[in-house]
Amino acid sequence: MSDRFVYVTYIRTTPETLWEHLTKPEFIRVYWHDISAESDWKPGSSWKLIYPDGRVTDTGEIIEAHPPRRLIIKWRNEFRPELKAEGYSRATFLIEPAHETVKLTVTHEIDRAGSKFIEAVSQGWPSVLSSLKSLLETGKPLPRQKAA
Amino acid sequence: MSMDAVFKALADPTRRELLDALRARNGQTLSELSERPDMTRQAVTKHLAILEDGDLVVTEKRGREKLHYLNPVPIHEIADRWIDKFERGRLGALADLKRKLEREGR
Repeated sequence: MSDRFVYVTYIRTTPETLWEHLTKPEFIRVYWHDISAESDWKPGSSWKLIYPDGRVTDTGEIIEAHPPRRLIIKWRNEFRPELKAEGYSRATFLIEPAHETVKLTVTHEIDRAGSKFIEAVSQGWPSVLSSLKSLLETGKPLPRQKAA
Repeated sequence: MSMDAVFKALADPTRRELLDALRARNGQTLSELSERPDMTRQAVTKHLAILEDGDLVVTEKRGREKLHYLNPVPIHEIADRWIDKFERGRLGALADLKRKLEREGR
């Protein structure tokens, strides 16, 4: 039994530009509300997510990287003990040309049922992905969502 | 991907219920989604196709089975288009006014 979700968005861009936006901190920061991801994006390399205040919130490893088509990251939360205890998840980014757009499929999964980690990230991804789409199509990210 | 397809997909109570079913439990098969007394498997197949056209449901093959996942990104894009860009300033102003009035009323 595993927990997973699959999100899809179509973006008017090229696979190469989208890949750059998924892997360069200076781009990631713009659509991910100042959060940044750092890695050299090679299989086996370490990967980490960094909050604006410098905290490393999530860590992991690059499992696969085939620019500009496929990226798989082993991913674990580090700052919420109950999420960290669930162990590593797997995030897959699939980039496919689709007519005049590019289809981005983000799959995030973990090998356990009822995962709190998957529940937590499933709420964050839609906002990050629509911000990424907005940045690539209009040059502007979406304003940061206010906490309810 | 057109927004028309999203609105078309949402404009039916049965399809909204199918989305609710996926929200409750993601990654269901057609058989699981057809376990409803009021609907035939054929009808569910048709509704799922319209939801897929609107990109609200994404499918993945897992062995011999096709699993259905809820994709909330298009709905988020609709919210962003009308709420974030146009209403944010006004809603913020209203909230400020409310705070000001409540302070003065004290």
